[in-house]
Amino acid sequence: MALVPGLIKGLGVTGGTLLRTVFPDGWKKPIPNPVKGAETVQYPHEKEAPPPRARGVIALHEENCTACMLCARECPDWCIYIEGHKEKAPPRRAGGKPRQVNALDRFDIDYALCMYCGICVEVCPFEALFWSPEYEFSEPRIADLLHDKSRLAEWMETVPDFEAYEAGAETKVKKVPPT
Amino acid sequence: MIDATILLGELAYWQQTSLRVVGGLAAVLLIAGTLVYLHLFKLVSFMQSRLGPMEAGPFGSLQLLAEVGKFLQKEDLVPRKADRFVFLAAPFVVLVSTFLLVVVVPWGPDAWFVDSDIGIYLAMAVSSVSVIGILMAGWGSASKYSLLGGLRATGQLIAYELPLILAVIGVVIQAGTMNMQLIVTAQADGAIFGWDGIGNPYILTQGVGFLLFMIAMQAELTQTPFDMPIAESELVTGYMTEYSGMRFLLFFIGEFATAGVFSAIAAVLFLGGWYVPGIDSDDNILNVIGPLVMLTKVVGLTFLVFWFRFTFPRFREDQLQKLAWKVLIPVALANIVATGILKVAF
Repeated sequence: MALVPGLIKGLGVTGGTLLRTVFPDGWKKPIPNPVKGAETVQYPHEKEAPPPRARGVIALHEENCTACMLCARECPDWCIYIEGHKEKAPPRRAGGKPRQVNALDRFDIDYALCMYCGICVEVCPFEALFWSPEYEFSEPRIADLLHDKSRLAEWMETVPDFEAYEAGAETKVKKVPPT
Repeated sequence: MIDATILLGELAYWQQTSLRVVGGLAAVLLIAGTLVYLHLFKLVSFMQSRLGPMEAGPFGSLQLLAEVGKFLQKEDLVPRKADRFVFLAAPFVVLVSTFLLVVVVPWGPDAWFVDSDIGIYLAMAVSSVSVIGILMAGWGSASKYSLLGGLRATGQLIAYELPLILAVIGVVIQAGTMNMQLIVTAQADGAIFGWDGIGNPYILTQGVGFLLFMIAMQAELTQTPFDMPIAESELVTGYMTEYSGMRFLLFFIGEFATAGVFSAIAAVLFLGGWYVPGIDSDDNILNVIGPLVMLTKVVGLTFLVFWFRFTFPRFREDQLQKLAWKVLIPVALANIVATGILKVAF
């Protein structure tokens, strides 16, 4: 019998949620309107704006990529495919020797394999990979989930701007020399 | 429902029988469908602040057809080492028990399937048939989860059948009959301290019995506080583990239809059945209103069942058995003694 108050309290919790969901306007306007009362966002009909730093999909800033393959090697399920070639670039200072740089031919991420761990974003030493809050990139065919660098670059536009560190924080030293 | 006295006089036996079959199917399947949509799809969603199915039909009302269609398309798998006949027959045995239960429930003064003098006794007897079906499913599946689930279900159903039956005995003593139809009229003709405005629904005098009946019913239906037999976190789905497609659907229909039929029996025993206060209890209009009144009461009672189901976590096996043997059965026996003494005294 000592359990009875707890049992009634429990019934009160679910019953209260039921009433709040079905009658969101309270007792003054008792019209059942669960669409308004429920927390549910009916996704294809109405869209929920994800937080700006949501980890939806990985975007590529192609100019920063040096095809160093670090991301591909750290990827736990090997879903990043990189191909590149070496080419000569004009010397940085007048009279210098032409530089040798890696040019990116192919940068594909297979989102059917990707598990969104974000290790590639973390290991990238040249700030070429970013999290984008974009989340609508499903495809009818699983093979079409292999997205190439042009698609990854499109998502770059949705990446939010970098916010300044708070005062006194250790600032990050840019590793990429300005070109 | 159609006036059965006319039917008895004018229709041939096969016509009466086929009408009864159609009526029984409607009573079982319509109630099961209503309960699944209202309670399983919508009520639980609202209790968790979500909407439930919304896409198939207005407010997801055709979702049920989609689900049935899905189950019918699935392959009917039988495990290689299963006892084939027992495995395949088990869901039908469970469903037969449900159909036998609905037979004795009266839906109006003339709207009944069988007007039997042992009505409630028959109902309590055939409700035990489902135990055999469940044990068949558990044993025939040749799976340890199924066997454990089947054994747990058997232990639980046998334990809770006693308080269920003992709770009914109080009503039977007070009404002086086991005929479900006469129990309804006894409540309709009764009076509360001389005031007969609403008759005398036995929930007022047999409140303890009603509580016992509802708790035991919850356990008989293996709904959640008592769902040890299908405890999904340890036994997958207990005795239903190996079933797929059509046969799983039969178990599913059986579960919800039995919930409805047990609620209908509770409505007859404790809430006055099809009787509407203010209308003469053999008025012909009650054959039309009666089923609707019963349906309302069934939905109300199953609301309680599912409210409990969606609120509380599962009992442990020993707590479950203790509740039956140490609490419910002694209380039920005391209720019978008290009812008997008061019946003789007044």
